[in-house]
Amino acid sequence: MATTEPRATTRREFLLGEGSGTGAAAGQEAMHLGMGPQHPAMHGIIRIVTELDGETITGADVEIGYLHRAFEKDCEVGGWNNAIPYTDRLNYVSPLINNFGYANAVEKLLGIEVTERCKYIRTIMSEISRICDHLTCVGATAMELGAFTVFLYMIKAREFLWELVEAVTGARLTISYGRVGGVKADLPDGFADQTRKAFEETRVVLAEVHRLLTGNRIFMDRMIGVGMLSREETIAYSITGPLLRAVGVAYDVRRAQPHWAYDRVEWEVATQKDGDNYARYLVRMAEMEQSMRIAEQALAGIPSGPVNVDHEGRPIDPAMYVDQGKQGKTEGLLLVPITLSPNLQGQGRDAQKRVNVGDKRVVLPPKENAYGSIEGLMNHFMLIMEGYGIRPAPGEAYFATEGANGELGFYVVSDGGDRPYRVRCRPPCLPPLAALHRMIVGEMVADLIPTFGSVNMIGGELDR
Amino acid sequence: MDGAALLDEIRARFGAAVVETHDHRGDHTAVVERAALRDVLAFCRDSGALAFDVLMDLTAVDYSRFPGREDGPRFEVVYHLYSIAHNHRVRLKVRVEEDDATVPTAVPLWPIANWFEREVWDMFGIRFDGHPDLRRLLMYEEFVGHPLRKDYPINRRQPLIGPAH
Repeated sequence: MATTEPRATTRREFLLGEGSGTGAAAGQEAMHLGMGPQHPAMHGIIRIVTELDGETITGADVEIGYLHRAFEKDCEVGGWNNAIPYTDRLNYVSPLINNFGYANAVEKLLGIEVTERCKYIRTIMSEISRICDHLTCVGATAMELGAFTVFLYMIKAREFLWELVEAVTGARLTISYGRVGGVKADLPDGFADQTRKAFEETRVVLAEVHRLLTGNRIFMDRMIGVGMLSREETIAYSITGPLLRAVGVAYDVRRAQPHWAYDRVEWEVATQKDGDNYARYLVRMAEMEQSMRIAEQALAGIPSGPVNVDHEGRPIDPAMYVDQGKQGKTEGLLLVPITLSPNLQGQGRDAQKRVNVGDKRVVLPPKENAYGSIEGLMNHFMLIMEGYGIRPAPGEAYFATEGANGELGFYVVSDGGDRPYRVRCRPPCLPPLAALHRMIVGEMVADLIPTFGSVNMIGGELDR
Repeated sequence: MDGAALLDEIRARFGAAVVETHDHRGDHTAVVERAALRDVLAFCRDSGALAFDVLMDLTAVDYSRFPGREDGPRFEVVYHLYSIAHNHRVRLKVRVEEDDATVPTAVPLWPIANWFEREVWDMFGIRFDGHPDLRRLLMYEEFVGHPLRKDYPINRRQPLIGPAH
């Protein structure tokens, strides 16, 4: 039992004059209460054994591992790109960030850099994912405190954003959109407009939630001064992300080690001072607005490439091209330098050039080339056949990006073969869970729920 | 401080205890002797010029199937350090043999090492000397073996899912 010494007066005791129970010290037996893994607030995958004195938690042991799926072991079995679908399932609320983080770690190991357009796409999609993640976290925390309306509003907003994700990747959750050397496909037409509308809706929801929660007496009473962790301890426990920024440390990987397009957009690192659940809530709310700012600027500044145009120079949609052909309106169509996408993934030859690196050792050729030329076919097989594929030189690399919960790091080791020798994911929500007993000891047992909600435990990345 | 200067600083302080250094793909790395590990970590954390206040990650790699390294020390324990004040990173590694797979614990320096080291023990079977509570972290207590070792087959099934009796 990881019992710890009682702390100095908590903020609540100081401000609200609350006592901390009586008893256990005077020779009475403490009560042990196991919460989870079958407890609704524990998401079915965490067990917290609490030691109680009355309703005050005097000790806690957090058990994890119920969702362990051998992610790191599985990565060693297939090729480098085979790990992409597994990374979807790390933080399944913002899977795009995991995709890109892993792909970029492998690119770093290979010593290649993606195209400018791809960098912007990664930035935009990461920020949309981050908003989804924060919406889920704040919504769920509010729901666990009884504010069910907020949960529904936030899930509504997430739905608008997931529609964007679906438009780009074709899926909502297990998106598998990142690739070593680029992304699966270019952004769809009209994506900027669609995003603008979705952000408008999201801003309405955020304003509503601000009115519902930020000054709400019940919410404040449950959040202020609860689940506190000092600045020193937060750093000593390697906690990053919103929890670190909630104690006043403005560390954000996007700002400290800018990658993709983060150094080309204007945004602020949101911080708070108090390190309690309320501060974490405020940081997340502010970060959603900043994420929208980043995505909007990135969409405005995204470098374009060639687009499909008809023989008179007007843009033409590939689907329209097909439809006209079916209707027999083939006059002039042969003159159109259009590239169709035989794999139906929206990734034609031109789009491929825009979003993927030109390195033939890394990126699969567009399907037109694979089906249409012997070089393309050979290129395709060289990447697909066992024993060939992507083969980084022996070595190791660590790449970190800012996940929704903090620093998401991938440490990859290559032995020169076609499959990873070792893939290590530094899960951003493991450190807060390791420090959870420091946040809940000394608090009431009912405060465990909002505190657990505010650390935003995501089982997929925690247990891997 | 740039990475090369960091490594110089560590080398100047510990001399022969630094086995080798490299900066593959811009990640500055020092391999240190196990006997000096504790001092190196403490120096990295406390020296004002380095000030590595965050143990960002702690993991291990099993090199028993790595071409050319089959006969060398089997495991490498890998520490990724980060400094918030100076915004720089360094990677420290220590090599250990299979029959003496023990590394001094970093828990007195960083409490997060508690869980990271439990995970490494769980996955690789490397012990951490002085760890207060070295239990498995992700697998269950009755689990036999250490799954991330290269000689643990990926398709091995273990029937135990609860207390053994």
